[in-house]
Amino acid sequence: MSPYFAVAVLIVLITFGHILGRRGAQQAAGGQNRLLHSLPHYYGLYVALWTGIPAVILIALWIPFQPYFLDSFLITSLGDKAIGLNNDQLGLLLNDIRNVADGNISSRANDPLVIAAANRLTEWRQLGYGGLLVITLVAAIGGLILARKRVTINLRARNAVERVFNVVLFVASLIAILTTIGIVLSLLFETIRFFGKVPITEFLFNLSWSPQTALRADQVASAGTFGAVSLFAGTLLITAIAMIVAVPVGLMSATYLSEYAPRKVRDILKPALEILAGIPTVVYGFFAALTVAPAIRGWGEALGLDVASESALAAGLVMGIMIIPFVSSLSDDVINAVPQTLRDGSYALGATQSETVRQVIVPAAFPGIVGSVLLAVSRAIGETMIVVMAAGLAANLTINPLEAVTTVTVQIVTLLVGDQEFDSAKTLAAFALGLALFCVTLALNVIALRTVRKYREKYD
Amino acid sequence: MTENNTTDAALRLRHKRYASERRFNIYGIISIAVALGALCLLIGSMASKGWSAFQQTYIILEVELPRDDLAPQGKIDAETLRDVNYVSYLRKSLRTEIPGVKSRRDQRSLYKLLSSGATLGLQNLVLNDTKLIGQKIKFAAVASDDIDQLVKGNISAGKGGKVSKKQGDWVKKLTDAGKIEKRFNTNLFSNGDSREPELAGIWGATMGSLLTMFVTVLLSFPLGVAAAIYLEEFARKNRWTDLIEVNINNLAAVPSIVFGLLGLAVFLSFFGLPRSAPLVGGIVLALMTLPTIIIAGRAALGAVPPSIREAAIGMGASPMQVVLHHVLPLAFPGILTGTIIGAARALGETAPLLMIGMVAFIVDIPGSITDAATVLPVQIYLWADSPERAFVERTAAATLILLTFLILMNLVAVIMRKKFERRW
Repeated sequence: MSPYFAVAVLIVLITFGHILGRRGAQQAAGGQNRLLHSLPHYYGLYVALWTGIPAVILIALWIPFQPYFLDSFLITSLGDKAIGLNNDQLGLLLNDIRNVADGNISSRANDPLVIAAANRLTEWRQLGYGGLLVITLVAAIGGLILARKRVTINLRARNAVERVFNVVLFVASLIAILTTIGIVLSLLFETIRFFGKVPITEFLFNLSWSPQTALRADQVASAGTFGAVSLFAGTLLITAIAMIVAVPVGLMSATYLSEYAPRKVRDILKPALEILAGIPTVVYGFFAALTVAPAIRGWGEALGLDVASESALAAGLVMGIMIIPFVSSLSDDVINAVPQTLRDGSYALGATQSETVRQVIVPAAFPGIVGSVLLAVSRAIGETMIVVMAAGLAANLTINPLEAVTTVTVQIVTLLVGDQEFDSAKTLAAFALGLALFCVTLALNVIALRTVRKYREKYD
Repeated sequence: MTENNTTDAALRLRHKRYASERRFNIYGIISIAVALGALCLLIGSMASKGWSAFQQTYIILEVELPRDDLAPQGKIDAETLRDVNYVSYLRKSLRTEIPGVKSRRDQRSLYKLLSSGATLGLQNLVLNDTKLIGQKIKFAAVASDDIDQLVKGNISAGKGGKVSKKQGDWVKKLTDAGKIEKRFNTNLFSNGDSREPELAGIWGATMGSLLTMFVTVLLSFPLGVAAAIYLEEFARKNRWTDLIEVNINNLAAVPSIVFGLLGLAVFLSFFGLPRSAPLVGGIVLALMTLPTIIIAGRAALGAVPPSIREAAIGMGASPMQVVLHHVLPLAFPGILTGTIIGAARALGETAPLLMIGMVAFIVDIPGSITDAATVLPVQIYLWADSPERAFVERTAAATLILLTFLILMNLVAVIMRKKFERRW
């Protein structure tokens, strides 16, 4: 028996409830539907909602919590076997038991203790899902009967149904807020734990980043230093290179497209530029590693320069290309929002088109342009795949674009991909970096969105 | 006739201004050319590197399937057929093809011409058609990745490379005898991941992508539409809805990797959902796509003119009926377009999925949303990291396939927009 079965039964009951409600209303009206307060369909929905909602809430509460209860039952049933194990060992044991119960491969599949526990777990799971089914059925049928009883010609079914709809819509709009809260809380908790192990001053001011900590006490590995300065410096270097590419090219393309290009050309070129925005970042990363980085290295060698094979220049250039459409479409909006009267006034004074652009449109659109550049910067800072594939891994405090640098996002990925223990400073450091990244991009976004909005209001 | 009063200075100034005008125009054209040139370079380099991966080198061998081994005492049963040492048949036939290879070392390097997948291919062939037993058949054996690269001209034999001088000579001999054939690379489309480039395919990753997208769209579309309806049609303008709105705009600009951290901390550690599963990947991507859908949905709902609403209200519809029966159907194509664009972006997303363990090396084709899986972009990332030369072209090929999917999705969105777009 699985939880899906309970869901299937529930769906059947809901359908049944709808039919029953509808019929009931028509019967109550004696076939004269105009006597009803609402359309018969709404009485059906009314009963169906009463059948479904309590049961769905029960299922939604039950399924995530069942494993927790089963775990605690298991620990109790293990009795003295579980005593004397620390939390990690206990977790491993429970994991093994679960794996055996699921029929997966486990290292302790032959241990009679584990097998017995796994059998118990399977039994309890069945019991739990059986219980879930019973409770679902009771709630659904109870709701159905209760609602069916209330169906009379005077029941304001439509209003009741619409109220429920309204609540559902409202709850859906809360998901975005919940996501933000989830992000902030999860990052914050792990970061606080991280700063319990590593002092915050080291994170903010130490210049060296080498997160390799010893796994066992007797290992020779370094103690690990977590100074994020060089990571931020690397991020800024690559972002700066990207901006040097993207801002002039993006701005000029936007100006050209909105002020100079004939309509037909614009209709072709604009979507073509937008293709650049649709290319996945992993493709850009592969492009950087496969084509751009070797080319830059080759040119550098031809000029007698020493270029790292994972130079910041390659990653920055490709990131700049990725951001071009971002800058251009945002500034295109901004430029188009400048009122035509300003242009006409400028032309009437005898200014050429380029003079109008440079001396009237750009100053008028300046706050908006700054906003879009800030958004682009925040994009570049948070960009991951290009730098993971094309930038270096070792922290390096430099402003030479020909050397390899690493970034915040690269470090988050390297710290969290692969085997990890969840409590080590190494893993937690990734969350601290994530929080820093989130705060910086959030600040940039808020400022940018506010500037753009203010600017729009100015000309509306 | 008026006298020309224009002074030389003014003429010079005008000349200068016009020149600067032309320069400005050219700058614009140059920047467009830079952007489009980069696009062409990117697609061109993927296509030129990737097209050869659609072909795979095969070595055509005459293989004897001795009846004594495969069907002892004339009986054919699956057990024996599975246990038979098929490699030896292939090796024997390879030795007859290239006679005179005596030393053990040379023989071993001769056998290396073939991929380990060739054996499996022969086994499957025999299992599917037992009539072949006892015959001498022509069998196209998958060549190993290094030989494949040699035949395609990406590497050359000898000089400490992956292919020795001797192997190069053998391949030349086989080529001259017409025993080397390049065929359409079906492995690339039908297999899961593999450590052997010649056997690695994207089918596993494609299935993973499909399952992940299924979860993503299933969650983000209804939630996004509902949120858009609430915010655009029902929410009263107050600080609370302002907060939600600012929040949604910000969420749209949060780096994708942060969503991965959220998934790791909340869904894997807290709720204990399975690692590497499309279920978790789909949820994370749904949260990421949600703002896109809400913003697109609000724009589409807002574009429906008030006259529609007023007419419906005039006919006695309740506010909910106005929205659900009239406004929403009219806004639906716009919302759908936004959803497709959001889904296309989610399909190309890599970074958050790395955080929740979808980078594992997974050979099996995932069958459900709780199986361990990987997705196309992550597969590209994994292959790009592999040292084998043959993975370069496969990575580029996978890139081309991913781009094809994305272009198709965007094309559908554009066509839908063109078809259903209504100017009121």
